[in-house]
Amino acid sequence: MAALGVATGGGDWFSALALGVTLLKCLLIPTYHSTDFEVHRNWLAITHSLPISQWYYEATSEWTLDYPPFFAWFEYALSHVAKYFDQEMLNVRNLNYSSSRTLLFQRFSVIFTDTLFVYAVHECCKCIDGKKAGRELTEKPKFILSVLLLWNFGLLIVDHIHFQYNGFLSGLMLLSIARLFQKRHMEGAFLFAVLLHFKHIYLYVAPAYGVYLLRSYCFTANKPDGSIRWNSFSFLRLISLGLIVFLVSALSLGPFLALNQLPQVFSRLFPFKRGLCHAYWAPNFWALYSALDKVLSIIGLELKFLDPSKIPKASMTSGLVQQFQHTVLPSVTPLATLICTLIAILPSIFCLWFKPQGPRGFLRCLILCALSSFMFGWHVHEKAILLAVLPMSLLSVGKAGDASIFLILTTTGHYSLFPLLFTAPELPIKILLMLLFTIYSVSSLKTLFRKEKPLFNWMETFYLLGLGPLEVFCEFVFPFTSWKLKYPFIPLLLTSVYCAVGITYAWFKLYVSVLTDPPVGKTKKQ
Amino acid sequence: MEKCYWMTAVVLLGLTVRWTVSLNSYSGAGKPPMFGDYEAQRHWQEITINLPIKQWYFNGSDNNLQYWGLDYPPLTAYHSLLCAYVAKFINPDWIALHTSRGYESQAHKLFMRATVLIADLLIYIPAVVLYCCCLKEISTKKKIANALCILLYPGLILIDYGHFQYNSVSLGFALWGVLGVSYDWDLLGSLAFCLAINYKQMELYHSLPFFCFLLGKCFKKGLKGKGFVLLIKLACTVVASFILCWLPFFTEREQTLQVLRRLFPVDRGLFEDKVANIWCTFSVFLKIRDILPHHIQIMISFCFTFLSLLPTCIKLTLHPSPKGFKFTLVSCALSFFLFSFQVHEKSILLVSLPVCLVLREIPFMSTWFLLVSTFSMLPLLLKDELLMPSVVTVVAFFIACATSFSIFEKTSEEELQLKSFSISVRKYFPCFTFLPRIIRHLFLISVITMVLLTLMTVTLDPPQKLPDLFSVLVCFVSCLNFLFFLVYFNIIIMWDSKNGRNQKKIN
Repeated sequence: MAALGVATGGGDWFSALALGVTLLKCLLIPTYHSTDFEVHRNWLAITHSLPISQWYYEATSEWTLDYPPFFAWFEYALSHVAKYFDQEMLNVRNLNYSSSRTLLFQRFSVIFTDTLFVYAVHECCKCIDGKKAGRELTEKPKFILSVLLLWNFGLLIVDHIHFQYNGFLSGLMLLSIARLFQKRHMEGAFLFAVLLHFKHIYLYVAPAYGVYLLRSYCFTANKPDGSIRWNSFSFLRLISLGLIVFLVSALSLGPFLALNQLPQVFSRLFPFKRGLCHAYWAPNFWALYSALDKVLSIIGLELKFLDPSKIPKASMTSGLVQQFQHTVLPSVTPLATLICTLIAILPSIFCLWFKPQGPRGFLRCLILCALSSFMFGWHVHEKAILLAVLPMSLLSVGKAGDASIFLILTTTGHYSLFPLLFTAPELPIKILLMLLFTIYSVSSLKTLFRKEKPLFNWMETFYLLGLGPLEVFCEFVFPFTSWKLKYPFIPLLLTSVYCAVGITYAWFKLYVSVLTDPPVGKTKKQ
Repeated sequence: MEKCYWMTAVVLLGLTVRWTVSLNSYSGAGKPPMFGDYEAQRHWQEITINLPIKQWYFNGSDNNLQYWGLDYPPLTAYHSLLCAYVAKFINPDWIALHTSRGYESQAHKLFMRATVLIADLLIYIPAVVLYCCCLKEISTKKKIANALCILLYPGLILIDYGHFQYNSVSLGFALWGVLGVSYDWDLLGSLAFCLAINYKQMELYHSLPFFCFLLGKCFKKGLKGKGFVLLIKLACTVVASFILCWLPFFTEREQTLQVLRRLFPVDRGLFEDKVANIWCTFSVFLKIRDILPHHIQIMISFCFTFLSLLPTCIKLTLHPSPKGFKFTLVSCALSFFLFSFQVHEKSILLVSLPVCLVLREIPFMSTWFLLVSTFSMLPLLLKDELLMPSVVTVVAFFIACATSFSIFEKTSEEELQLKSFSISVRKYFPCFTFLPRIIRHLFLISVITMVLLTLMTVTLDPPQKLPDLFSVLVCFVSCLNFLFFLVYFNIIIMWDSKNGRNQKKIN
């Protein structure tokens, strides 16, 4: 009620936006939830009822604990609230238990922990320079940014329908970015170290943090031409940074080191036994690669270049098999993806080192790291696109070029999340929310940059509009055709290949803009 | 351009909220043998598609009127028939005669919910958008905020998408009617309103203001010239549209009479369940229903309704103006709700619609009224297990109204439209300046009571001797609020026109 008073009393738009989306999240409580719901219930049970030494060994459920220790502690803390809702959900043997109280508790735990995300968005809005402040509130970059982040379609459906805790994790990331923007480097580094021990997927963006902090924080000065001044190196800063990271890691992994369980923890965290692609292909480079392989194999069969008996029967998109062999093109090993990812990340890292452009440059590098690892990573989930979409929102309100990349990336990335929600009652929700977010983001950014050249060229417009017919075909036409039984994977295949094109394009365009941008020092002198 | 995209966003948000509410339970879910309104609507589809039109309203071996017999006008029946055709295409089991009774499944729920959404999207929402776009003398932003608040009104969403009914159709037609007559498309307006009446007879609550407003327009144009022509045209439109709707039932006299008997079941008593009107509240102290004979009950309720309507209707006929028309719609519908015979708790939606239309003129009072109106349906919503969506949508609506109209800053005499009233009272009592303050306090008291009562109803078990304690209390509190609003709206209608004349004199 206090928050209500704040929102209503001063006409405070930010609280109204945050409260509004919170209420929408509450309305989403009865929607479908995926197996991730059971995953987190199981983790609650494990951390609540077992000693620490058992956490990473327990395997009653197939959904074993595979997040770093801080997340386990987080579940442990939640479980102490959960016991007042329903004691039964904390029983490890109660597989697939979901009473209405369990549902309420789990949903509310996501909604409640999102307060951290709201706070982070609030801090991020402070970092945006208000030069372009329009006459009206709704045209201010701050307002647009907070809508883009708070009402982000991906977060809404992944966290509050599909069920995950990305909200507060993204909040931690945004908060640490905001701290770097505010020149509070130590705090930023600390938050990121904590974040890493909550969810190790953020390792993908760690290079950006490492290089940025080393280059722009440990080296206290630059030469006039922007290149590095070696003698300005501050050992004190490096040591304090190192100490922070070390202490956080010790706090997280220390107990398991003492129990001599580190190898077990790591084997849970990095399960390389899973396949190259998730059951549904994330729209990345490997989706294009596998699609090409499929096309080639079909052509090969038609033209009798291939022997049908040698072709593996398992269809990759059927979701039944995790392991998959390419038929024509060489199969991809985890090591190959790792190398590809590193190669893809390297230029952006070099750029960050040799052309430091302050926090904005860091942010671009971070997004490139996230996107590159999404493009080439091993067993990437489609949800990982949020890792790039959220920080990209920060860039989008700054420059017209970034806005256009953001819109392509976000729209295709969000559309690629559609297969997550495949149940009929959620169909209108995902379409309505997607339209709401897309129409808002396109129109508001267009208004913001109306004085500059149009955000999209005809090709991009055509591509983005193509998502509409694609959706109509996949959800409304295809189920009524005779192919439904014979080729059930076609909608998924089409979706991921179509979206892969857009995301690859956005990645490429962002890379080009980063590499061709003149260094900040020079532009300032001119 | 900018207006367009904001309006689209608002409509999409409204639709999202509607659909998320529809994921919740509906009335009578899994409660045999009678189920609830959801089953009633399904049953009507079953009846209309399987029986010839002559048997729809008659009791028979295939149509047991005791089991959710059709008791709405023909347009509802046609709508059911249309839905039934779609249902038959998807799954004939849903509407099979006899065997489909009490049919419930996820797919069927989805289908029924979708029919509501489509009807809403086709009729009510466009009317709201158009109404807000046509508002004069306010900025684009305010128009959009207005549309947002109207589309988020929780009462209608909860009844249509939670409880399950098609109020958005009748209210939507009524709104098209209001739009038509307010912008001088009188014939189209009256046609739309006739459709509304023929969809739901409860729309008669709105009929007097329509009649008086149109009559007043005719008088204004001069009954000997243009006004008379308009009157004839209007009469023809109304008669023609009624005949069109009722055509299949005009073949025999008995048919027409039977439909009318079904529509106005005078033998069903003064009120049903717990409804926040005078009679239900009064019978807490004195069981009128049992003491007075039936025809006297009807007489009393008729007299009260008529007397409470009279002043505002006369005013509207003498000084027809679109603004006065909207306010009279409110006061008339409220009089009907409070005093008339056989009122349902859901009928409050008929008052809420015109109140939504005056949100811009008196944001503070309208928001307050709309909150009370939703609260008055609390027992019904709780029975349908809609507590969570109710609380969420009410809070969302309140925030939307509070931020878009900053209602708490608009409580001066001027903004409450009580200026002229206060001035005339001050002629006799010069110290009469505390009215806005009193109203602010009343608002606080009213909101606190509603919150407390809601909390009590949800958390406490009523004492065994008084199982209906909380629902009676809810009705009682809401009724007091509604009486206050009736007085308020009558005051501003009566004093508004005086003010207008004063201004003219000054000019």
